[in-house]
Amino acid sequence: MNPHDDDRIKQLLQQSLPPVDPAAEPSRDLWPAVLRRLDAEPVRSATAPGLLRQNWFDWALLAGLVVFAFSFPATIPVFLYYL
Amino acid sequence: MPARSEIERSDNVPEQSDSVLDRFRRGDLDAFESLFREHQRSVYGWILRIVRDPAAAEDLTVETFWRIHRAHERFESARLFEPWARRIATRAALDWLRARRPASELTDQDVADLPSKSAADPGIAAEIRLKTSQAFARLPPGLRIAAVLSLIEEQPQREVAAALGISVGAVKLRVFRAIRLLRKDLLEQGITP
Repeated sequence: MNPHDDDRIKQLLQQSLPPVDPAAEPSRDLWPAVLRRLDAEPVRSATAPGLLRQNWFDWALLAGLVVFAFSFPATIPVFLYYL
Repeated sequence: MPARSEIERSDNVPEQSDSVLDRFRRGDLDAFESLFREHQRSVYGWILRIVRDPAAAEDLTVETFWRIHRAHERFESARLFEPWARRIATRAALDWLRARRPASELTDQDVADLPSKSAADPGIAAEIRLKTSQAFARLPPGLRIAAVLSLIEEQPQREVAAALGISVGAVKLRVFRAIRLLRKDLLEQGITP
């Protein structure tokens, strides 16, 4: 692969997916929709229970890793190597 | 944090600073609206460049400003609003790309409907353009964003890196990987780029 090949791909992409007009703008005023969204889903504080709710997958992943490490202690150095 | 109806208007906010950004950071809805009016077009344009779907870009602009409002306490008023908003917009667009099923990706009509700077080159066959756009839509979203902003929209890589929250080197690597995957996909379809 060389720069000429990259330019060819770039040209093909620009012809297939033409760059967006910089003057493009929304077809309507979006402020009422933002207000509706704010009313529908009030902003939550990033308190500890909120964080716990939002990051449940992270906690589940961490718990899985701990269980795995206890089950197969020999893999711990491998994990540490890749951290 | 209070709901919108409980957020203080500017006349109730203690006078700490006249800056719109300071007032926004304190949760003032008027200041938020001012920032929305000032930046909605650029945020919409940035999202449109990524998702290439005007209706989705409008929805994601609303989603982005909702996220911006949600994060107002974390905004540092000494920083510029635009790059911060762009980063949140990029994350919202990335979530949208990840959630979208490959089967419903770009069609030739989608490409034709997009407000673009220039018309497609008639010298390049419509079939090749369609296959290229479909191959592009099959790229992993993280690579697609880097490629669309760098290669198609020709945005400065420093800005792309800031919007994605990665280094310029990582952007270059993503673009390189995107080109390599695209070339492979096109070759498999019998197109030699």
